[in-house]
Amino acid sequence: MCTTCGCAVGETRIGGEDVREHSRSGMRYAAVKAVHVHPHADGGAHAHAPGMSQSRMVQIERDILSKNDGYAAQNRARFEEQGVFALNLVSSPGSGKTTLLCRTIEALKGRLSIAVVEGDQQTSNDAERIRATGVPALQINTGKGCHLDAHMVGHALQQLAPADDSLLFIENVGNLVCPAAFDLGEAHKVAILSVTEGEDKPLKYPDMFRAASVLLINKTDLLPYVSFKLDLAVEYARRINPALQVLCVSATTGEGVAEWLAWLEAGCAARQAQKRATVASLKRRVAELEARLSGNAQA
Amino acid sequence: MHELSLAEGVLQIVEDAAREQKFLRVRTVVLEIGRLSSVESEAMRFCFDAVACGTLAEGATLEVIEAPGEGLCFSCGKTVPLAALYDPCPACGGYPVQATGGTGMRVRELEVE
Repeated sequence: MCTTCGCAVGETRIGGEDVREHSRSGMRYAAVKAVHVHPHADGGAHAHAPGMSQSRMVQIERDILSKNDGYAAQNRARFEEQGVFALNLVSSPGSGKTTLLCRTIEALKGRLSIAVVEGDQQTSNDAERIRATGVPALQINTGKGCHLDAHMVGHALQQLAPADDSLLFIENVGNLVCPAAFDLGEAHKVAILSVTEGEDKPLKYPDMFRAASVLLINKTDLLPYVSFKLDLAVEYARRINPALQVLCVSATTGEGVAEWLAWLEAGCAARQAQKRATVASLKRRVAELEARLSGNAQA
Repeated sequence: MHELSLAEGVLQIVEDAAREQKFLRVRTVVLEIGRLSSVESEAMRFCFDAVACGTLAEGATLEVIEAPGEGLCFSCGKTVPLAALYDPCPACGGYPVQATGGTGMRVRELEVE
């Protein structure tokens, strides 16, 4: 893998293939060493002696995540141009992300074009489960890595090539900590919390619940059998993120799923309308410029 | 351990700066890490030492300046200091408090030679 923003140098596999073209380990520092600039080129006195050197301060003021955010901006621009509604699904392992995704796809695949990027440390089990529903899915294996980053997703998009006006799910590595910091270019992070977990998870892992704009509380069919306090979970989550939208669903029984599907369809429609508005305004602009050019030619 | 990715990010910013500003070694890296950001300073130090090995920043000191957390209380409407995302408003004791400051992390400056 390209070492730009990943934490598993050389171990990332996309669709089972190593990401070789960006495997810069071994040469990544050569570029710096190759820049030979004489430190006294400013004409100052050549006063250095072994063991003595002059230091200076250099102002930088750059966000540590700026590289990742640059790749995320590229992904986001691509989604906007294509009218793709992209969601980054984040949760602990075992919250039921893939089961919910399969149910969602079964319900929507007749009405929407759907594609899935699956992130896991190892195996392509999840991508295979998704492909069994009949939609394209690409597995990213992060190796020892604990999250997807925008660069990996950019490569995955080249291979997966989601259709215009489609719905793209990016299922992140099951981890409530690390994926919070990494923007992938998605429209929303959707956090999934299942009722078999503790209702205090939003307090224990606040970064993720702050980064998400939607919270799906899954496995609600199990509420009678567990001590999970639904109201408290929502209250805790909104302490961290007052604007958080909460939907309660059961991927097994289908309870609450209609509301989730409606939210997805509204998001896709808004994204497609935004694309059409952009295309329409560009067409108007081109027509204006052409009219002006032909006006000039006649004059 | 996303701090390892973040430490790689710091090193890349340092390397980019070395190309632009023509320096050959880095003695000190000054980071500003927000109290409410998703990074742990000690883990960052550990990871930075590991990724800096064999580079122009090998052996460099990592100085971390903590930026204080700040939030807007939805109950009393005041901007208040905030130590953790889940804390109540220190002024009125209410919830929620939306984090508004101290959520970022950046490289501020470098001491180079």
